[in-house]
Amino acid sequence: MCLGIPMRIVEVDGDVGIVESGGIKRKVGLMLIDGAKVGDWVIVHAGFAIEKIKPEDAMETLKLISEGAASLGDVSSGEEK
Amino acid sequence: MRDFRDPVLFKQLANRLKAFEFEKETKIMEVCGTHTMNIRRYGIHTILPTNLDLLSGPGCPVCVTDNSYIDYAIELARLDDVIITTFGDMMRVPGSYESLEMVHSRGGDVRVVYSPLDSLEIAKDNPDKKVVFLAVGFETTVPTIAATIISAEKLKINNFYILTGHKLIIPAIRALLSAENDISGFILPGHVSAIIGVNAYREVLEHYNVPGVVTGFEPIDILKGIARLVTAIRDGVFILANEYRRVVTDEGNLKALELIDEVFEPEDVAWRGLGTIPLSGLKLRDKYAHRDIRNVVDVTPPPPREHPACRCGDVLQGKLKPDECPLFGNLCTPDNPIGPCMISSEGSCHAYFKYR
Ligand code: SF4
Repeated sequence: MCLGIPMRIVEVDGDVGIVESGGIKRKVGLMLIDGAKVGDWVIVHAGFAIEKIKPEDAMETLKLISEGAASLGDVSSGEEK
Repeated sequence: MRDFRDPVLFKQLANRLKAFEFEKETKIMEVCGTHTMNIRRYGIHTILPTNLDLLSGPGCPVCVTDNSYIDYAIELARLDDVIITTFGDMMRVPGSYESLEMVHSRGGDVRVVYSPLDSLEIAKDNPDKKVVFLAVGFETTVPTIAATIISAEKLKINNFYILTGHKLIIPAIRALLSAENDISGFILPGHVSAIIGVNAYREVLEHYNVPGVVTGFEPIDILKGIARLVTAIRDGVFILANEYRRVVTDEGNLKALELIDEVFEPEDVAWRGLGTIPLSGLKLRDKYAHRDIRNVVDVTPPPPREHPACRCGDVLQGKLKPDECPLFGNLCTPDNPIGPCMISSEGSCHAYFKYR
């Protein structure tokens, strides 16, 4: 399942790092992106950052997600993974 | 459609879509499990133009996995010196005779992991066991496995293996189009495209003159993608468009593609429903062949068989809608699933049932 939520890198330790979004932190592999650094926004799949995205694009996605959630009332299912 | 309280853009797009009318039945297809889910979840299928049929194709990795693969994994799970690691979705999928969950409940060591890197940790902690990761998934998942293999080499974790079951989306699209499916356009997947890039689709879609639009996952994204696609179909023009520029580029993720190419090479593989498609899967290159569990442990599963009444194979080809399967919703439900299309949270039958 693809999760479109952008996450921000808060720690880098060689090939791995910690990403964060909405208070949730995850350990991810950084081998698939170039020059990952703290503060970068990334898309995460199967425990890896698969693409770096621009901060403004991350904001746009977060906005779409919150609009979608607010207008559709569909954050309740808790099935995201 | 659900109660959209506010979003102006959503309304505009929905109205734009509704204003379309196709004279004859027109089919478009999405090939991504997350699209399948979100289209149903947000009710997008209810606001489509007249005579537009939105089909779900072979986008659910667990669903397209052939029974013989699961049977093989199950045989491995029975061995005392093997730990199977897998994404959660595979657990309940029935092979020909049973599921990994059933083997697990009888003491087989099967562990659900969130990332292939977790398997590597398990391998490190269990040096006397062979740890086998079930490498199932499309191009989004492939580079994560490739990176894990490289890490295993670097860290000299020699008891980490994979059972290769990867699938590639372009050969699947080619197989669908060459089978005279009257598909008029494709909603192309978001994160697969982040890896392979928009240009990867050009050759096959141009050849069959079928337009495609790369689309994100939010409801607005999906509506934009569909609107773009139906406009092209109505006007009879070919487009290969990217409506998910926030994440997807024309060339894809070159670093990920290099890693895939370093570790894997294409091979012919069998898909549920679609049969064997040339060069549609991946095997480890010779250099990494020692990581392929098939080269290390020899097991012989019993001959594969399909559930006689399950139409999942037809559903995956867009030949049958889930609710047209006679078992749908009565004998086959998410609580009591018969086929993989109902079991996987990304399966079309599951999505149809959950958001009826
Ligand atoms: S409803 Fe169940 S039995 Fe029918 S095709 Fe889907 S998974 Fe198979």
